[in-house]
Amino acid sequence: MTRPEDVLVQRLGEAVVEQVRFRDDLTLIVPREHMLRALEIAGSTGFRLLTDLTAVDRHPAQPRFDVIYMLTSVEQHARIRFMVHLAADQTMPSATSLWPGANWLEREVFDLFGIRFDGHPDLRRILMPDDWEGHPLRKDYPLVEEPVEFKGHTPKVPSEIIPKSKPKLL
Amino acid sequence: MAVTGPPERGPSTTLGAGTIVSRAGSPTEATEADLRALESNILTTTVGRVVSWARKNSLWPAQFGLACCAIEMIATAQARFDIARFGSEAFRASPRQADLMIVSGRVSQKMAPVVKHIYEQMLEPKWVIAMGDCASCGGVFNNYALVQGVDKLIPVDVYVAGCPPRPEALLYGFLKLQELIAEPAHRRRR
Amino acid sequence: MKETLVLNMGPQHPATHGVLRLVLELEGEVILNLEPVIGYLHTGFEKEMETRTYHQNIVFPPRIEYLATFIEEQAYVLAVEKLLGITAPKRAEVIRLILAELSRIASHLVYLGTAAIDLNVTSLLMYCFRDREEILDIFEMVSGQRMMHGYFRIGGLQWDLPQGFAERVQRFLDDFPRRLDEYETLLTDNLIWRKRTEGVAVLSAEDAIRYGCTGPVLRGSGVSYDVRKAFPYGGYADYEFDVPVGSNGDAFDRYRVRMDEMRQSRRIILQALRGLPEGPILVDDRKVALPPRRELVRSMEAVIHQFKLVSEGIHPPAGEVYASVESPRGEKGYYIVSDGSNRPVRVRVRSASFNNLQALPVMLRRGTVADVVVAIASIDIVLGDVDR
Repeated sequence: MTRPEDVLVQRLGEAVVEQVRFRDDLTLIVPREHMLRALEIAGSTGFRLLTDLTAVDRHPAQPRFDVIYMLTSVEQHARIRFMVHLAADQTMPSATSLWPGANWLEREVFDLFGIRFDGHPDLRRILMPDDWEGHPLRKDYPLVEEPVEFKGHTPKVPSEIIPKSKPKLL
Repeated sequence: MAVTGPPERGPSTTLGAGTIVSRAGSPTEATEADLRALESNILTTTVGRVVSWARKNSLWPAQFGLACCAIEMIATAQARFDIARFGSEAFRASPRQADLMIVSGRVSQKMAPVVKHIYEQMLEPKWVIAMGDCASCGGVFNNYALVQGVDKLIPVDVYVAGCPPRPEALLYGFLKLQELIAEPAHRRRR
Repeated sequence: MKETLVLNMGPQHPATHGVLRLVLELEGEVILNLEPVIGYLHTGFEKEMETRTYHQNIVFPPRIEYLATFIEEQAYVLAVEKLLGITAPKRAEVIRLILAELSRIASHLVYLGTAAIDLNVTSLLMYCFRDREEILDIFEMVSGQRMMHGYFRIGGLQWDLPQGFAERVQRFLDDFPRRLDEYETLLTDNLIWRKRTEGVAVLSAEDAIRYGCTGPVLRGSGVSYDVRKAFPYGGYADYEFDVPVGSNGDAFDRYRVRMDEMRQSRRIILQALRGLPEGPILVDDRKVALPPRRELVRSMEAVIHQFKLVSEGIHPPAGEVYASVESPRGEKGYYIVSDGSNRPVRVRVRSASFNNLQALPVMLRRGTVADVVVAIASIDIVLGDVDR
């Protein structure tokens, strides 16, 4: 029996730049310009549920952002993950034409990462107040917005209590 | 003046107008028992004390839940913990009818102006309980999104620690607030 | 052109189940447009979790979705375990499953009570919270906390079950069906309840999928998708249970689905209690789990492991995983990106309420103002989960 994700990979053909398999999760890396088409094909292959749409900030690495789409096939019980590498000044095509549910998810990514989506009907902040400055989930955005005011004592930022170890080289 | 009337009857008869009837026109006719009844039936107080006694026993909280603590607040109002024992079962949906605000949960930067607005809509006198660590000081969170304690926005009378506090803890904080209200020195501090 | 009225509802409103704000555009009583405004409980969990070690992060999940606390912990812990490539011992897995199903019952009880009180069935809220208190007592007995337990560990559990746990759960489960029947008699056979929920807030299966709805909202619309069946995790494959599915996709069907789910949860717990295995409750991997106390006095190695774990934490391999569970609101997933260091690069919380709430305007298209309350209650949102 062929698995739905294999069928999809076959149908996508050239559009998939790289396949990453880690702990049974399959991630397909797709260039930005093919993304919408790939999502459409995935939707017609049975991956009809847009489970999640999010981003990762790899700062200071380049390209800076990864935009991630997670799709689920409700009938065939399969999952697939798409990833797009995106430079800081690039925009993404909006998936709202395929899934109306992408609307809020894209607004959230815009709000917290500052990634713009072309063709989004209403790209506004969703979680933060409208007049907020900056995009909190970017790595260069400070964690502590408002320090606790205890006099004569400088509180440590939580992340400094256990220092971050160096990432292992891949 | 002699106070007469049957001694076993309650204070309403002795204090009520028209009940002071002279039996024979002479003060000496008041019996010993009459005088003793008088001693245990007259209550002297100040208006302030009476008012704060009434206030403390019928605090109406605003029905205003924020996060996890709100669930424990609901639990406090339900049968097992029964906040009605202390006269506060009437959670009011409108802040204009409430005199106690229980800030139950974390206050985000986006919610901060709303919380202040609700507080301002409440009529004087009003009290605030900061329920839980988040409302008291920010709790486990120290980041861009949260106000580090609701006392940066509005004056807080009682802080209840816990994440979330048990209903008993909230009730204890509640009794502390009642003590505060009953104490005239604290009555008009704002 | 007819005159319309713009009405603001919330964020402080008794029937919005938290700090949800709705902007309604009305023509008379009929809703023309509706826009949910969210973010009033945005806590910054995702940023906060990037700054702590994997173990410290167990604190946060129950505070995100505070009605189904154990299920949240299970979701996070399973995601980290997937990243590490380990599985918890069988006994720990079964205990987690029992507690998660109890959480589901507790959460659905809160749904039932609040949905009922929104339609003025006041007594049911009292009944539901009475039952929920019994579950919370069990939780407190196990973990020491009523709500924010922090009992699950990466690779197992903090400690073993207390004495008398099984009997206590059994006692609760023995009495529970009778009470559920009582509640059903109060609601299902109640004319007002049926008139207010049947045919109200209808969501078609097609729309539910297009908006990414999961959980009882999706199943109420007739799509049988349950993460426990579709992608079995944490030992669910070993137990027999059915996935209740509705047909009309209205508020009444969602109510029926949740009522049946409580019965199915009971069925799962009974099977799990019967087959609760003996054995260790924490993996025997010193790079992941703390060594047992008795080893600390004898072995220098154990002391070093303890020191490294406490002062630095776990170092999972670089990579990214997504693990999800079926929460009472739908698919709850954690997407964790690791670079091989002791803290995650990114933790994404896939929230079920967020997607379900997005479908609210579709449910209420041409509905009336009075139905708004019913619709919100039937989605059973947790604002902490929506805003994170």
